[in-house]
Amino acid sequence: MNRKELLEKISRLDFLATDLHLYLDTHPHDKDIIEKYNIIVNEANQFRRKYEENFGPLCSYRSPSDPNEWTWKDDPFPWSAEFAKNPCNCKEGVR
Amino acid sequence: MWIYEKKLEYPISIKRSNPKLAKIIIEQYGGPDGELAASMRYLSQKFTMVTPEARALLNDIGTEELAHLEMIGAMVTQLTQNATRKEIMDAGLDPNYVNHGLAIYPQSAAGIPWTASYIQSKGDPVSDLYEDMAAEEKARSTYEYLIDLMDDPDVIEPLRFLREREIVHTQRFGEALRYVKEYFDSKRMFY
Ligand SMILES: [Fe+2]
Repeated sequence: MNRKELLEKISRLDFLATDLHLYLDTHPHDKDIIEKYNIIVNEANQFRRKYEENFGPLCSYRSPSDPNEWTWKDDPFPWSAEFAKNPCNCKEGVR
Repeated sequence: MWIYEKKLEYPISIKRSNPKLAKIIIEQYGGPDGELAASMRYLSQKFTMVTPEARALLNDIGTEELAHLEMIGAMVTQLTQNATRKEIMDAGLDPNYVNHGLAIYPQSAAGIPWTASYIQSKGDPVSDLYEDMAAEEKARSTYEYLIDLMDDPDVIEPLRFLREREIVHTQRFGEALRYVKEYFDSKRMFY
């Protein structure tokens, strides 16, 4: 998966998790949905790890950095139009 | 605390700059029913909310609204990217430009700066949740008015997404209100 595909996958899964999270706040005994929620969160974390290994950290305070370089400041922030494109101006393939 | 994640809740990738649209979309950044008001409202009310369900919900919807705030900021940024002098003048963005350049400032489409008087935090859980449901409905109406005025699918799609989120939030707040009412009813039992 390239950067854009990975990002899309993570975004889709995270959105499902966000929505189910709100649902579970008011339906805390719905075990089927808790099970779905757990599957989605685990899957999203796997894709997140894959993304971070190849394209740099996604999360502040939670994602480890490249030991040789603080890339956080250079990797694109998501409000730029380039962010959603592939390839973007990030150092794709370098890490 | 919050952890920042380097992505938007829903992607924003606008190909054509259009300052005219930016001028009205800012309404949902710093207007009375915008995302800043929404997040501040819920994230303030959460401290005195009763019942675990309603408390968690305020915390979590307040958090999602921050993500929506960033989406609106991204839309306005991309719509004003490389705007020319003529585009700024034609869009009527000049009074904004003279004060803020092309920066994002929390204000309504009419240029009124954001104020905390847009929100209420009453300390009465029932009043707060009614306020929240009304706020979600007002935000939905605003998104519908915005969509009426848009002609670019790159802009309409994320606005549709945000409109749908308001509907889900209204539903969840209604469910939380039921928990809160039951909580107060159980405290008013006489034997
Ligand atoms: Fe909302």
